[in-house]
This record gives sequence, structure tokens and C-alpha cells, in this order.
Amino acid sequence: MSEAAGKVSVACKVNGKPVVLCAYPMARLLDVLREELRLTGTKEGCGEGECGACSVLLDGELVNSCLIPVLQAEGTDITTIEGLASGDQLHAVQEAFLACGGAQCGICTPGMVLAAVNLLAQKPSPTDAEIRTGLAGNLCRCTGYMRIFEAVIAACQRTGIRS
Amino acid sequence: MPKRYIGQSVPRKEGREKVTGRARYVDDLTFPGMLYGATVRSQVARGQIRGIHFEGSVPWDEFTIVTARDIPGKNCVALILEDQPYLAAEQVNHPEEPIVLLAHADRYLLEEARRAVRVEIEPLPAVFTIEESLAHKEVVWGENNVFKSFLVTRGDVESAWKQADFIVEGEYHTGAQEQLYIEPNGMIAVATPQDGVTVWGSLQCPFYVHKALVALFGLPKEKVRVVQMETGGGFGGKEEYPSMIAGHAALLAWKSGRPVKIVYDRAEDMAATTKRHPSRTRHRTAVSRDGKLLAMGIDFVIDGGAYTTLSPVVLSRGTIHAAGPYFCPNVRIRGRAVATNLPPHGAFRGFGAPQSIFALECHMNEVAKAAGLTPDEFRRRNFIEQGQTSAVGQVIRERVDMRRLLDRALELSDYHAKTKRLAAENAHSRLKKGIGFASFMHGAGFTGSGEEYLASVVSLEATPEGRVRVLAASTEMGQGTNTVFAQIAAETLGLDYEWIEVAQPDTAAVPNSGPTVASRTCMIVGKLVESAALGLKQTLIRSGLLRENYEPAEFRQACRKYIEQFGPLKSTSQYQPPPGVHWDDEKYQGDAYGTYAWAVYVAEVTVDTITCEVRVDDFVAVQEVGKVIHPVLATGQIEGGVAQGIGYALFENVVWQEGRMVNAQMTNYIMPTSADVPPIRVYFEENPYPHGPQGAKGIGELPMDGPAPAIVNAIEQATGVRIPRIPVTPEVLLEALEGELV
Repeated sequence: MSEAAGKVSVACKVNGKPVVLCAYPMARLLDVLREELRLTGTKEGCGEGECGACSVLLDGELVNSCLIPVLQAEGTDITTIEGLASGDQLHAVQEAFLACGGAQCGICTPGMVLAAVNLLAQKPSPTDAEIRTGLAGNLCRCTGYMRIFEAVIAACQRTGIRS
Repeated sequence: MPKRYIGQSVPRKEGREKVTGRARYVDDLTFPGMLYGATVRSQVARGQIRGIHFEGSVPWDEFTIVTARDIPGKNCVALILEDQPYLAAEQVNHPEEPIVLLAHADRYLLEEARRAVRVEIEPLPAVFTIEESLAHKEVVWGENNVFKSFLVTRGDVESAWKQADFIVEGEYHTGAQEQLYIEPNGMIAVATPQDGVTVWGSLQCPFYVHKALVALFGLPKEKVRVVQMETGGGFGGKEEYPSMIAGHAALLAWKSGRPVKIVYDRAEDMAATTKRHPSRTRHRTAVSRDGKLLAMGIDFVIDGGAYTTLSPVVLSRGTIHAAGPYFCPNVRIRGRAVATNLPPHGAFRGFGAPQSIFALECHMNEVAKAAGLTPDEFRRRNFIEQGQTSAVGQVIRERVDMRRLLDRALELSDYHAKTKRLAAENAHSRLKKGIGFASFMHGAGFTGSGEEYLASVVSLEATPEGRVRVLAASTEMGQGTNTVFAQIAAETLGLDYEWIEVAQPDTAAVPNSGPTVASRTCMIVGKLVESAALGLKQTLIRSGLLRENYEPAEFRQACRKYIEQFGPLKSTSQYQPPPGVHWDDEKYQGDAYGTYAWAVYVAEVTVDTITCEVRVDDFVAVQEVGKVIHPVLATGQIEGGVAQGIGYALFENVVWQEGRMVNAQMTNYIMPTSADVPPIRVYFEENPYPHGPQGAKGIGELPMDGPAPAIVNAIEQATGVRIPRIPVTPEVLLEALEGELV
């Protein structure tokens, strides 16, 4: 590649597709996703791993992409909010956020939806306390979280796991 | 029968874009050839600028550099008074004051350059607190540091003191609070002398930004265009400061000839942009032996920071709400907004009312105690009723039943049983539980004659296909503007919700429906949507193309025919004050608001007397807000406001040092997480307001007012200690429990 000196190639999968990213090794995964791949659904809220707006799934784990140097993404499988729906068919968690009012201004929503997906992958039938702690790394300033809790419960019911 | 939409929780208009990540916020835009912009700030609270030096091994010739000398028009952020410059030229008045702007295509080099600009400033003495400002430790603004003062008088307070059985005094303080929208402020500008200035940004009030840019560039109005992108929360924090950032981005674009993006990082956003005004309130209250309020003397002071900005208006709302939902024959309220050398404080949900209501609702519990009554019985004896006159001389014409709201809230929270039970349990535990409440009201829309001055306008236009577009400058920032406007238009026109579109706010394409603030969007602007929709329908009926009781298909056909025969089909509606509403700006007397939302909130807390942590265990919010247009959105508004109120009461502590916020990070400025909030139980009473759309009143700010006093009253019940200040951090609580709080 004829990129500026110091950049490296990083091969990984993003939303199911193999990609080769070209970036400085310490570039934040957040910036590379947004700028190289134009996947702007991943948001920056604080840049220090506090708010969770930049959450993505990396090998099935929820991470703050503002804290991940792109080099660390080598060989990984990354899911961003853009990779969640299948075409026009929304993921059950996205449907539930829509139906329950879990999204207001929408800026925390991509990260929050992924956090909820991650929570349900680990605990298909979470208790209220598990929902609260499972989402505690994702800040929302609009909802007071009640509609989000409801959305997580609705998503469980939708998938028939929690009655 | 046409479908009904009012009172139904239809899907959020832009919800699908938001849950899929497709919604476009300002930072998601890039333009070819775009530069990034950065701001060099004072870092000194007050002083004279002696020189600007560009140092280090930075290739300065690659940079676009803007100082005050580059400003083509007026160097002031046009709002109320013209005292705040876009870029300081000679003197700085707060540590975050912008002085130099830089732009470059490489963000990393830009940051290096920002740090390499050295501004030489000769410091002047500064003031940092309300007390210092009032004492004229240094006069830093005008002749006496006072931006604005109000005096509200009713009856004769002086003679009432003499007849009182008890007089109760108290002093209460509230801290600054950061709005902490999760999307930081940002703007992109394109600007040339030929084509004028266009900005895209995260903002609440497109026409505020428009007015400011017109003055900054000295351009005709039509040469300035402001477009709102999806906005990731505002809460007042994107009411005024976006005018500053838009101006900065546009100045850099104007000089460089390239598009310029300025997006603040979190630290800059927290430190430099506006926060809630800190306040000090002194109460002196006369009460009779039978627990009737005889006189209220209230001295309310807010810290406006270095420039006027919106402080006079924040002060006005805080002053009017200071006496709360009570009837008192003799009232004297003095309100003052004073200058300090902090960055200007500004709009934040509630707009002065959370401060004065915090003081009042703590104080009312102390007055009750003095009169030997329970907090609820004391309030029952003093609630204002229909037909009575408020402190500012407003006769309450609407039906109001605070007693019913109180009874319902106390019942839903099991207040009386818990009060007894917790007292018994607390005796044997380090964990002390308490339950407390606050009763309050919040005026909807602009104060006094504000709406008349705004004279807001909304248009609806129909397409030949029969789709209807709402044209308004009211912004969606999460609260549901798009959805509520579409519901109102669909209901009024008897059309499917899906057939209504809401235009993106763009000053070149929509009329000025006023700023998106003051709990006015649903009630005031929504009413204009309703009347414009009625106008559209009438136009079609009068033209003979549509019968009275039509089907949606007939409406679509009529639109097509109308446009073929007569051209564009558009209906416009402008605000008219409801009949019989009068306000005297000079005497500060009259109908302060067309209507109020009324509420009683109850908080249950656990205080750990060893760690001094406070946890809210349960929260009940009962309110009367007119007709609820969208139950899920309305509930979400209340829950979100309560969570912000919990943060205000317990966690959110702005730490100041020489006028700077030193904890400008989410790591050490703490807002509630999902693990910190209790179940928030929301209940509505509906009492339709005849001048709101389908009976709706304003709702957005109300929930910010009640949580802090309810929580502090609960802490008092748990521990027996009155804490007259927020936030009640563990450090504050420790001092209070040890009797050392000053």
C-alpha cells in the first residue's frame, strides 16, 4: 500500500466481511471504523471509556472502541451497529428499543443496543439486577434507563426466553 | 372512522434510523477538502491580553489562524446584551474565553499547534463566588456586578412579620450542573464572501444561531443558513453556545475558503460550554399557629458567570417559581443574577426553577416543623387553589388540585406506613432509610409576554401525492418533536401517521417557530401545527375539492387537484396569545404563564452512615400535565428528568479552581448509570388545557424540579440532619452528620 510511512495493515472481519484496514498501529479502532470504513453508527461520547457510546462487539465481547488500538483488532471478528439487522429485518433488541421508547436522542443507542445484545448473549434471561449491572457501562442522559430496561425485557420475551 | 393518534404511543418518527445507527449527527458528516478547527482559550480568569505567540516546531504557514481582527462584522454573540465577544481582543473575563482559532486538515497536528500558541495575559483580580460578587470584592461587570434584578412584591411583608406566630429562616445552595448530553457540541461551516455562510450542527435553536451569524458577518439574513443535524441531547446546553461554535467554524471557513468542522472533545465541552447556574437562596417565612403561610421573604441569587448570556431570563423563571404552588398573602421576592469570572452559565432544563424550588421545598419542611405539623399536612393547608392569586399576581384560572396529587403520590409510595416503619428500623441500623417529597409546579412556554414577542410561525404543505410536511424550526433532540408534531397533524387531518413528514430544521426552508426550549414545543408550537392543519383542511373544503367528512383517499385526490389548479398548497399559522392573558414587564405582575404543570414527587433513600453514600431506592412521580399526547414519550421525559434530578441531588459536582472546571471528564464528574437509578414510577393526571393541542401542556422541564428537594427531605427524615445544599456528596454528608457543615 502507498500509505504514509508508519501505517500498518490490519486484517479482520467487520460485520461478517473480511477487510484490511490501513492505519497507524495506535489509531483508535473507533476512528478507523468511522473514517476508513465510514461506519458512523459507532459514536464518540467521551473518548476515555466511560460512556460506552463507542461500544462494539469484538470476538463477541463488548468493548469501548475508543480504547482499542487498531493493531489489537488483527484477526478479530467485529460487529458494529450496522451489522446487527439483516437487511430490513431489525434485530429483536432493535425492535424492542423502538417499541418501548428505549431510544430518545439516539446517540447512546448504537452502543446501548450492542450492550443489550451482549448481555442477552451471556444471560438469556437476566434478572433486573443483571440488566442494571449489564448496562452500567453505557451512559444514557435522556431516558433515565427505565425504557431501556423494558426494552431488554421485551427482547427476551420476543425471543421467547423470558416469560 | 379515522384512526386516533393522540394518546397513542406510535413509533418514534426517526426511531428506525436511531436504532440502526443510520441517523446522521454532525460528526458523521465530512466534506471534500474539509479542515478541522480548534480553539485557543484564555486559561486565566481575568486579565489583559499582552501578546499572542506562535511557538514550537509547528509548520504555522500551513494553518489558518483567526483572531478578533479577522471578524468581518460585530465581535459579539448576539443574544440579549451584546457583551460576550466571539474572540477576546484585549481583555479576558473567564478562563475558557476563546482568543485564537486554528484550522488544519490534520487533527493531530492541529492539537499540537493549539498547545503551542502562547497567549500572554497580565492577570487582573477576579471573583469566583456569589458572595465575592455581591460583596464587590472586585467589580468585574458593569457598575455593581449585577446583570439583572427583579423585585416581586405582594401584600405587606413588613407588617406580617409582626403578626407571625413563628418566623423561620434558612439559607440554601445549589451547585453548577453540566448538561452532559452524550453527543458533544459540534458544527461544520462553509463560508465565502460570495455565497454567504452555511452551518450544519448540533443545536436546539436554529434561528438563534442564524441571528448570531448575521451579526458576526454583517451579512443580509438570506446569506446565512443554519441546518440542524440529528442532535444527541441538549437539555438547554445547546440553546446558546452553538452560536459561539458556529461562528468560530464559520470564521475559519471564511478565511480558509474550505469547509471547517469543529467538534469539541468531552473535556472542552464540559469545561467551556454553559452549565446550570449555581444559586444561593435565603428564606424568611412567617407562619401562623394554625400553620398558614403569612409572609414569604425570598432572596434568590444566581451566578451568571462572566457575561450576560441568558441569565436575566433564567433569573426570571427562578424568581417566579420561588414561592411555589402555595397561596401566601404577603410575598417579597428579590432575584439577582450576578457576574463572576467563571465561564457563563446558561440554560439547563428547568431554567432557574430547580434552584429556587430546591430551596423552597427544603424550607417548607422546616416551616412545617416549626408549626408543629407534618410536611404533608402543612402543605395541604397552604396549596394554591383555583381562583387564588399567586405571588406575581396571577389569578389561577385553571382547575388545580394539589391535594389530590399529594394524596395520590403519598399513597402510591406508601409514605405514611413507611415513615413509621423506617423510624423504628433505623434505630438499630447503620443504614438509615427515609422518605421525602416535594410539591411544585412548572410554567409552560415563555414567561410573560415572551410568546407574544416570539410570534412563532408554523407551516404545513401538502404534496400532489397527498403527503403533508410540517415546516418548523423546532428541533428534535430526543424529546419527540417529530413524533408529536406528526401525531397532531395526523389526528387533525384524519390521515395516517405515516403520511405526515416533519422537515429537517433549516433556516432556508422552514419558518421561525421559535427556540426549542421552555417546555414550549408540544404546547405552543404543537398548537400551531394543529391550527395550520385545520387551515389546510379548510382550504381544500372551501375550494370545493373536499367534503367535510372525508376519507384519506379523498384528501390525497383533493391535494392533487388543488395543486394542479391553484399551485402550491400550504397553510401557515402564527401564535396568538389566549384571550385574557396580561403581563406587565415593568411591574413584573400578571399572567406569568398561560398554564402550569403540577406535581408531587416522592423519594425513598438509604443513607449509609459509615460510607456516607446515599442511594435512592424508590421514586414516585405524580403530575398533571394536561392531555398526554404520547404516553411512552411522556413517561420517558419524566423518567429522564428524574434521573438528571437524582444526579443533581447526589452526584453531579462541578469542582472549580480559579474559575475553571477541573473535573471536566466523565471519569470524575459523575452522572447516574443504570446501576444508580431506582425504579422510577410515573403517573399522570390529565386535565386538558384548552389552549394546548388536544389539551396538552408543557412537560419537558417539570421533572427536573422535584427530585433534589424530595431526596434531601428524605435524607433529613433518615438522619435527622437538614442538608441545605446540593449535591449531597459523601463529603458533604460526612460534614453534616458530624455537625461541621458550613
